[in-house]
Amino acid sequence: MPKATNADDPDAPDGVQIDLISGERMDGMATMEKIRMILDGVHDGNIVILEEGLTPDEESRLIEVTMAEISPDEFNGIEIETYPKSDTRDSSLLGRIMGGEEAEAKLTVIGPANQIETLHKDETLISALVSRN
Amino acid sequence: MGLFTELKDSISRATDRLFSEQEPKRIGIYGPPNAGKTTLANRIARDWTGDAIGAESHVPHETRRARRKENVEIERDGKTVTIDIVDTPGVTTKVDYEEFTDEMDEEDAIRRSREATEGVAEAMHWLREDVDGVIYVLDSAEDPITQVNTMLIGIIESRDLPVLIFANKIDLEESSVKRIEDAFPQHKTVPLSAKEGDNMDEVYDSIAEYFG
Repeated sequence: MPKATNADDPDAPDGVQIDLISGERMDGMATMEKIRMILDGVHDGNIVILEEGLTPDEESRLIEVTMAEISPDEFNGIEIETYPKSDTRDSSLLGRIMGGEEAEAKLTVIGPANQIETLHKDETLISALVSRN
Repeated sequence: MGLFTELKDSISRATDRLFSEQEPKRIGIYGPPNAGKTTLANRIARDWTGDAIGAESHVPHETRRARRKENVEIERDGKTVTIDIVDTPGVTTKVDYEEFTDEMDEEDAIRRSREATEGVAEAMHWLREDVDGVIYVLDSAEDPITQVNTMLIGIIESRDLPVLIFANKIDLEESSVKRIEDAFPQHKTVPLSAKEGDNMDEVYDSIAEYFG
């Protein structure tokens, strides 16, 4: 659970952990590895920031797995924010078959739904309030 | 997914579509909770078959399982289009049972949230595997630019599925169809009120044009 609210352990650090994950680290990972890494971080109360976003298929699976893990009083899901997609994206079928469905280099913020609240988002800025409980 | 598997899947999907021209198209009705998806599904089903699909409610996640109404024949300009309507739970990234405790006791709220999460997961799975086109329903009185809407539209586009955006609840004073058109200019937006039955002729014309 969130480190910041661990009143039972006075030695636990008082704060919210932010995991900034590079595109390079994500490159070699399979879809479920990425999702597991994100959700493990969020379950621990961390805010996960991806240097590069997820592909639409990965986003779809992230929602599906998140739903499977929601549990009353323990985990009620995620907040996710990312910059809008680029208009220059290659959306042709051939483009995707040839590897065009790569995650775009867009920063993505994911956190526990009960701790993160987006205050503002536009094409260049995501502003989020992270509470400690 | 590897390149070869992806190529095989793409060819398989294209082949499936080629050989299923005579089969009813499975049209998934997707959108956020409380956009009016079931009200629309019921309106379409009642207009063309006489039967409803499911219960409607103001409480989020009334629809917690995807429900299908098969062989709905829509006749436009002397031509008949046959579709299977798949009404899905509202897609979200979070479900908190405490949202429902004002409306029901805790045990029912927990059961509702569990069913809702299973339903959303199932709806996402259907989107990847089992629909031929999408009607994306938005509440035109609400801001359409949410992360879930943006993600869902992106996922639908990535599957190469034809998509129509329905701006529902135009009977509400605060409704703004333009806000939805501006949010998703790459797709046709059709205004309607599923509850009042407003503009249903254009709805059926668009369904026949896109999914026929």
